[in-house]
Amino acid sequence: MGKYVIRRILLGLIVLLGVVTITFIIARMIPSDPAAKWVGPRATPSQIEQAKIELGLNDPIPVQFINYVTDLTQGDLGRSLRTRQPVVDDLKAYIPPTLELVVLAFLIAIIIGIPLGIYSAKMKDRLLDHVSRLFSIGAVSLPTFWVALFFQLIFYKLLGLFPLGGRISTETTILYDIPRITGMLIFDSFVTGNWVIFKDALWHIILPCVTIALYPIGLVARMTRSALLEILNEDYITAARSYGLKESLVLWRYALKNTLGSTAIVLTLSLGYTLVNTFLVETIFSWPGLGNYVATSVVTLDYPSIMGVTIFSATTYILLNLIADIIIAMDPRIRL
Amino acid sequence: MEKNKFIETLKPRIKELKFSLYLLNRNWLTKVSFYIAILLFLLAIFSQVISPFPGHIMDEANVSQKLLPPTSVNFYGTDELGRDIFSRVLYGTRVSLTTAILSVGLALLIGVPLGAIAGTLGGWIDEVIMRITDIFLSFPPLLLAIALVSILGPGLENAMIAIALSWWPWYTRLVRGQAISMKERKFVQAAEAIGTPTWKIIFKHIVPNTISPVIVQASMDMGGVILTVASLSFLGLGAQPPIPEWGLMISTSRNYFPDAWWYSIFPGLAIFITVLVFNLLGDGLREILDPKTRKN
Repeated sequence: MGKYVIRRILLGLIVLLGVVTITFIIARMIPSDPAAKWVGPRATPSQIEQAKIELGLNDPIPVQFINYVTDLTQGDLGRSLRTRQPVVDDLKAYIPPTLELVVLAFLIAIIIGIPLGIYSAKMKDRLLDHVSRLFSIGAVSLPTFWVALFFQLIFYKLLGLFPLGGRISTETTILYDIPRITGMLIFDSFVTGNWVIFKDALWHIILPCVTIALYPIGLVARMTRSALLEILNEDYITAARSYGLKESLVLWRYALKNTLGSTAIVLTLSLGYTLVNTFLVETIFSWPGLGNYVATSVVTLDYPSIMGVTIFSATTYILLNLIADIIIAMDPRIRL
Repeated sequence: MEKNKFIETLKPRIKELKFSLYLLNRNWLTKVSFYIAILLFLLAIFSQVISPFPGHIMDEANVSQKLLPPTSVNFYGTDELGRDIFSRVLYGTRVSLTTAILSVGLALLIGVPLGAIAGTLGGWIDEVIMRITDIFLSFPPLLLAIALVSILGPGLENAMIAIALSWWPWYTRLVRGQAISMKERKFVQAAEAIGTPTWKIIFKHIVPNTISPVIVQASMDMGGVILTVASLSFLGLGAQPPIPEWGLMISTSRNYFPDAWWYSIFPGLAIFITVLVFNLLGDGLREILDPKTRKN
């Protein structure tokens, strides 16, 4: 067990180094001259040369790579060519809004997905089961950016229920002090008991959040269903039933508990896809998160920012996979 | 005599195929998606012939007719240059399907040989190849493609290359597993015994025998790849105007949203239906070909 965890962590580190190598190669292969971009269009050749020395672009490639990795271990991702700020500072500003969306979307996925999975397991091969299967395949097939537009059309244009985009109304930002603790508005306003801001933030977050949640809802429902169906055939359930326990008690108290592990794992693994969906949804709802940051960076060819977001996302992804693997390894039913 | 023997060897395969078709027939959702997929291919091939305004597919402008809502003439309305959106969405089927097939094909070209080599040779070569796939798979999907297109420059061809470069590890993993089990088979060992060179064993004996699960997997991936192409184009990294690509159309339509709602809604609906059909088909195929569910 301990040996497995150590091996798994080492393997994770190797993969991480590989990810860094790939981003380094991509960044060095960019056709446009970063130095020329850095000094602007009206720079003289000598200024470009000066910038090259400053940015370390004249060093031999292996030296550049070692510098790159050393900088990374010290949390330095380079400077954005667009905002001219350290990429790390940019990330610090843009991560909380994205995190807020992802966390809430996963919460919705758990609240809706698990009951949906339970009922489709109970109604196996009946209408509800088919509908939930169609829903979960449908959720993977939907272009998220289009769903976002569709929701705007229905809930903003037709029904006028929700705002078109943004995180908070301009009036609220003028009239009230915005609490800043974690940078996640919903959380901060909740903790400080600032209900006006909380209500306003909630009103803004619902549409993007539901759009992002569609995919994990389907996934959680399918996972809960198949895990539950498997578990309901186990001896201990038969034993519980033969004691004459109520079916609802058997289901909620005894069976469901053992499906939660696989649901947690499937949620972790879906993070990569959900994150990318979040990026696309953010550009539609003008949500000031990582997705908007990447989209603008892509248009302006600001490659340090693109690589920064890529490294950040890949690291999170590797870390969560590592945690998922360790959770699986901790299950006493599995011998490694 | 030779010919008869050949037919004899084919018989069990034909029987299996018939059984697969029987299973396909039994699952109505898979059956319907199978027919719709065929219809989509036909639409893609004949899109230019069927479209009511073939000139509008690229950049023939008709500005006096711009941004008209859907009518009996323009089923899906018109865009900012007065082009018929229906004709463009129809032709978009061809763009999406070709792009998806080429991307998957390119990914296969990289992934299959690597997987066969890793599985057959084993040892440190296997270890190195598999660690490389681990690295590629630890990037969230699409993000690696975005990073790659940013060096290659935007465009449909580059988007295809980027997708292939982020997709191949899946095929490497699949083929590697197949190759490992194939290595133990008598015919491979016989070939080894008579001194057949290793490269010939890999490409003549192992690769052809791993190809059918790979084809199935590739057809299941079509939906995901179409969605990725659309997402890249939506971000401005894939198809460039005037190519009638669905994601690009939605991206442009945002300038006229929500007033010209039809401009965004119909291309998106096309993406959704196409991807859904391929995903349903893939899901059904998996059930049909999975030995566990196949028996009952």
